[in-house]
Amino acid sequence: MTEQNFWQKYIFSTDHKIIGMQYMFTGMIMALIGGYFAYTFRMQLAFPGTEVFGFGTVSPHEYNSLVTNHGTIMIFWVAMPVLLATFGNFLIPLMIGCDDMVFPRLNRLSYQVFLLSAIVLVASFFVAGGGFGGAWTAYPPLSAQAKYNMTQYGATLWLIAVALEFVAFLLGGINFITTLMNSRAKGMKMYDIPIVLWMIVLASILFMASVGPLIAGAIMLLFDQTLGTGFFDPAQGGDPILWQHLFWFFGHPEVYVVLLPAMGIVAEIITVFSRKKLFAYKTVLYTAFATGVLSFFVWAHHQFIAGIDPRMANVFAVTTLLISIPIAEMLFVYIATLYGGSIRLTAAMLFALSFLAAFLIGGVTGIFLGASGADIYFHDTYFVVAHFHYTFFPIAILAVFAGLYYWFPKMFGRHMSETLGKIHFWGTFIPFNLIFLPLFFLGAAGQHRRIYSYELFSELNSADFQNLRVLATVALIVMLIFQLPFLYNFFASMLRGKVATANPWQANTLEWAAPSPPPHGNFATLPEVYRPPYEYSVPGRESDFWPQHEKPSGESKA
Amino acid sequence: MDLIIEQASSFAADIDMVILLIAVLAGFWFFLAEAVLFYFIFKFRQRKGVKAQYITGTRKEEKKWLHWPHNLIIVCDLVIIFFAIKVWYDIKQDLPPAQEVVQVIGRQWSWQFVHPGLDKQLGTADDVATVDELRVKVGVTYHFKLESRDVLHSFSVPVFRLKQDAVPGRVFTGWFTPTKTGTYDIQCAEMCGMGHGLMQGRLVIEDEAAHDEWLRNKAT
Amino acid sequence: MSTMPIATTRSMTGIPTGRLAVWWVIGSEIVIFGGLLACYLLLRNLYPHWGESAAHTSTLAGAINTFVLLTSSLFVVLAHHAAERKRHIAAFFYLWLTIGGGLTFLLIKAFEWSYEIAQGYTITANLFWSYYYTAAGIHASHVIVGMIIMAIISFDVLRQRNLPRVELIGIYWHFVDIVWIFLFPLLYIAK
Repeated sequence: MTEQNFWQKYIFSTDHKIIGMQYMFTGMIMALIGGYFAYTFRMQLAFPGTEVFGFGTVSPHEYNSLVTNHGTIMIFWVAMPVLLATFGNFLIPLMIGCDDMVFPRLNRLSYQVFLLSAIVLVASFFVAGGGFGGAWTAYPPLSAQAKYNMTQYGATLWLIAVALEFVAFLLGGINFITTLMNSRAKGMKMYDIPIVLWMIVLASILFMASVGPLIAGAIMLLFDQTLGTGFFDPAQGGDPILWQHLFWFFGHPEVYVVLLPAMGIVAEIITVFSRKKLFAYKTVLYTAFATGVLSFFVWAHHQFIAGIDPRMANVFAVTTLLISIPIAEMLFVYIATLYGGSIRLTAAMLFALSFLAAFLIGGVTGIFLGASGADIYFHDTYFVVAHFHYTFFPIAILAVFAGLYYWFPKMFGRHMSETLGKIHFWGTFIPFNLIFLPLFFLGAAGQHRRIYSYELFSELNSADFQNLRVLATVALIVMLIFQLPFLYNFFASMLRGKVATANPWQANTLEWAAPSPPPHGNFATLPEVYRPPYEYSVPGRESDFWPQHEKPSGESKA
Repeated sequence: MDLIIEQASSFAADIDMVILLIAVLAGFWFFLAEAVLFYFIFKFRQRKGVKAQYITGTRKEEKKWLHWPHNLIIVCDLVIIFFAIKVWYDIKQDLPPAQEVVQVIGRQWSWQFVHPGLDKQLGTADDVATVDELRVKVGVTYHFKLESRDVLHSFSVPVFRLKQDAVPGRVFTGWFTPTKTGTYDIQCAEMCGMGHGLMQGRLVIEDEAAHDEWLRNKAT
Repeated sequence: MSTMPIATTRSMTGIPTGRLAVWWVIGSEIVIFGGLLACYLLLRNLYPHWGESAAHTSTLAGAINTFVLLTSSLFVVLAHHAAERKRHIAAFFYLWLTIGGGLTFLLIKAFEWSYEIAQGYTITANLFWSYYYTAAGIHASHVIVGMIIMAIISFDVLRQRNLPRVELIGIYWHFVDIVWIFLFPLLYIAK
């Protein structure tokens, strides 16, 4: 192959690793934007009406736009591209022992559509009227008509950006699923697939199976906005609740679309760093399947008080509480995996363990919201905000950092600094709790969401509550500052870090059989698989790991 | 719950009871799981010369460590479901007969309330309409007729533990019985556009004499 | 770029990669149209008077279009048949007959719509007409995309390259056809 120039190699590449990194860097930039938005509106909440450093005074209109786009960005342009697309693209071909995705050009197209969607979204902040401010759920009629939301162009661009993002992930998902199904290395049977790949592919299937109705809905909403149809406008005979069904039929599985890959990443890391076989591999799979299936029958718990038939709420309260069972079981499996291990607290492991600890809080607080009776009170309060940040933050931040610290040597052939990594960990995890624990309390006290100042609400305007808000804001700023060591560590290590060997963590899965970083085509000779992925500390073996591709000595393959 | 926010309706205590129940049941599992997690992290930290054990998690005596918590959680879930649905039924599905009816109308960005006059009948000439102020009598069971004129709003009264979305084109009927006099907040809990944060109302719960006095003043 | 990765040539499931992917594409499309149909059922249930509006659609035009699409599906089967036997000229010919079928479908649609719009039944006339144009429009866009891909494939076929792709576009075309078979009774017959 002829030498590729810069453009071919990094911008229009079809190499799955480069595309994964394109997703990663785009996701990082979007995360910085989302973090900046969070900083701005938290400052407004802590010090209402004062000028926010780096933004100016926040008007109610801008406040709405900031919270809306913070949510949209963090879910669609950070969690999904990093968890699904970065790790999916980077890991799938490496971990199944082949040279690339089955459709490299489709893969490139998927990133290009994604990049376009990000550009459209960012552009929507600068059009006349500003960015869309109707909450990330975009309930009509507010989202459907400019006379209500006052962001004629912002709302339309927002919708187009989200729809394009869906298309990008449909294209990527088809690639992921087909690749895992068809292109595994010789000998890699169903139960030899590393959990993280199962999770990414299950997540892609979940996404594909849930997003369709919302795509149809998005087209209808787009027509409502631009052509003046009335699908969701009661004045024209439409039904605003219909949008909520379409949105949450996607929106709730979407939680599991990002949760499952995070769970997978954590599974890889805790097995490697506790030198343990994963406890009950098949149970993890079954719980993931069960979660995926159940997730299609819980959507209306977001709409208990939205005006749906109250009898329907009973059904959804039952299914919602049932889904706690597989999730709890999955967490138990992970905790049980630690039993009898030899735990090394590397930066990656710290992040992975903190994921378990923090996600537990997110999980149990969900029960308050799934229980219909309690949700009457908690709905749309900060309790909800704190709850889903305790799920999404571990997913999109803690698990992602765990994955980055763990696979960084493979991605760039160098190690990140462990010391800086640990500083970064404590500087992220402690402030994270200080941000959101107060919000549980404020939510329980009745503080409702998406309000730009609580000065008008006498019950919420007490000095004690304001102190809690200030605490959360200060913790956020501390946390954001502690991302600087990470960014320094990340970019400096890329250039000057300690050179990594092919398998620095002594892990079993196939990506560590390739050189670090893997060249185009990944493997010198494509590996074959002889055993399941988590054979650590097998009795009677000298070394405590047993790579999947290592030929059994003496006896023939079982 | 009643320590951080007052209970001012007949069903507020029921909702708080469900919240407490979940807090106890879920809290138990939460602290147990966290304790086990941290204990394992400490106990099985890397030590010289100690090799990790090889446990597949597929043998029966290993799996029981999953099955027992699993079954117990199902039991806890069922208990929670039972009480959650019971409270839900009482508040949202069951509709006790009304002694009086008020109309609640959400619009961008204010609440309008229509109170029945001294005749206690809504839709007559002596109805009293107010903006951002709802006045009700303590101990009287009210039905509210909730409407919206433009986009979605949500009628939320934290001290009542009551919340219901208002949907344009529909009228929802719900109920509450105030149990305590005082002045409290009414919120809009569904994003409704630019002035969503300004959509604040006052709830005044007073005894019958004071309420009638207020009605008489309004009539003149 | 022209070298195909080894990944693409592997087939652990025994199903060729291209066909597997097309089935997943169709899977995701089924959910999109499924959502669209679910909206129809919900709205129709809420507003039984949709039937009156539906009475103004031309069942004849719809029926002819159903026939046209079914015929074009037959052609694409013949194209696949020819491609399997490496008769690339015949395959090219049948592919273009299929494209012709798609074109006829769109032409009839265009006449139908301009007639209806001239009568005042525009997309904003009422909810039924909004749905009618949206659903049929989404379907028509799939027809157009299918025709474009088919045209690209046909020239590959003429150069005797990528013959298996005829089967893939065939599967997709059948799917588009089946979607119409669902839409036709809902929009034209249920009155």
